[in-house]
Amino acid sequence: MTAPPDDCLARNEWVCGAYLSSRRHILWDAVLQHVQLTAVAVLIGLVLALPLALAARRWHWAAGPVLGVTTILYTIPSLAMFSLLLPVYGLSASLVVAGLVLYSLTLLVRNVLAGLRAVPEETRQAARGMGYGPVRLLLAVELPLALPAAMAGLRIATVSAVSLVTIGAIVGYGGLGNLIYSGMNTYFKAQVLTASVLCVVIAVAADLLLLLLQRLLTPWTRSRS
Amino acid sequence: MNTLLDAWSWLTTSAHWHGQDGIGARLVQHLYLTAVCLLVSCLIALPVALLLGHLGKGGALAVNLSNIGRAVPTFAVLVLLLLTPVGRWGEGPTIVALVLFAVPPLLTNAYVGMREVDQDVVRAARGMGMTGRQLLLQVEMPLALPLILTGVRIAAVQLVATATIAALAGGGGLGRIITAGFNLASTAQVVAGAVLVAVFALVVEGIFEAAQRLAPSRLGLRAGETG
Repeated sequence: MTAPPDDCLARNEWVCGAYLSSRRHILWDAVLQHVQLTAVAVLIGLVLALPLALAARRWHWAAGPVLGVTTILYTIPSLAMFSLLLPVYGLSASLVVAGLVLYSLTLLVRNVLAGLRAVPEETRQAARGMGYGPVRLLLAVELPLALPAAMAGLRIATVSAVSLVTIGAIVGYGGLGNLIYSGMNTYFKAQVLTASVLCVVIAVAADLLLLLLQRLLTPWTRSRS
Repeated sequence: MNTLLDAWSWLTTSAHWHGQDGIGARLVQHLYLTAVCLLVSCLIALPVALLLGHLGKGGALAVNLSNIGRAVPTFAVLVLLLLTPVGRWGEGPTIVALVLFAVPPLLTNAYVGMREVDQDVVRAARGMGMTGRQLLLQVEMPLALPLILTGVRIAAVQLVATATIAALAGGGGLGRIITAGFNLASTAQVVAGAVLVAVFALVVEGIFEAAQRLAPSRLGLRAGETG
């Protein structure tokens, strides 16, 4: 009988280089799935949030229901949200994405609306005086001015989505959450710690990327401060 | 529609309400977990936030903590704790993970609330010879109360929602009904569990909403009497 290999995997240590090198592909796939689920969810959320926020600003009566419904959606627990959507989507990646979209809506709608409402009336009037039509006013003046507030919401929504994806493990589409879940059941410390740290790294990286994007998109805010 | 009807009949089956795994027992566990975590988080976060807000220091700390808190998945923290010696303390890992999760919103809201107190009022109170302690307890804290309460409400609702995650790691609470439903492939039970948690969260939200609506009006009345 050969002696068991005396490495960090056999000793089940928290930090283990052998784990990183031997499971490189598994980790990479999980990271990819994690990023994909987050990105798709946040993008769909953004596409849905814009018209909702515009409607809430345009028609006074729409603001209450839009904000109310999205807030209620936000109070539904993630595990419950995934299970409530289960009859609609089954055990699929769409289930996780749909749940995350509903969460991001609250943060995005609120922030986009706040940004649009903060555009000064004089600015709007000046643009109208220069002959801007409603569409051009929206695209060239109002949306750019609403961008900082909208981006703040987008950053919070993205960071929250990255951490919520892990719960998707219950239906098998949790990205790094899958590794945490299986690591918990097999008491595999290196896997749990590595996956957890990667989650935080993805969240921080996404936040910094969005911050960079915001600075590139709003060069005028830099010269002022 | 059928799923909802199935879930309704699952909920209304009296056998599902009793016993060790029944809805009643799970509800009590959930309430206990939420209440203990909320209490511990408040005891940790509020004194620190009030003191920092009073001194006007540590704003960056409060905001950064809140951001970091959002980036760290509670589920990951729970599992990490479960695999350490803390894992042997029964509900210990769940409580620690949930407290870590609830502290940031409490800290940020209370700190911001303290900083947004009208500085003219603070200066006037100081001019009247109030000590720092009187200033904190009699002026700043009452004025910051609405925002502090908002923080407590956010933390409470999120705790109710997040306590379900304990079930993924074998803990108690209403989440167990959901995970058990997944294991039994019973969509009706899963949906029933989800509805229970969602209703619980909304009830907590409603209670705080009502409390908040009553509190400021009374504060306003008192301010009107003295001013």
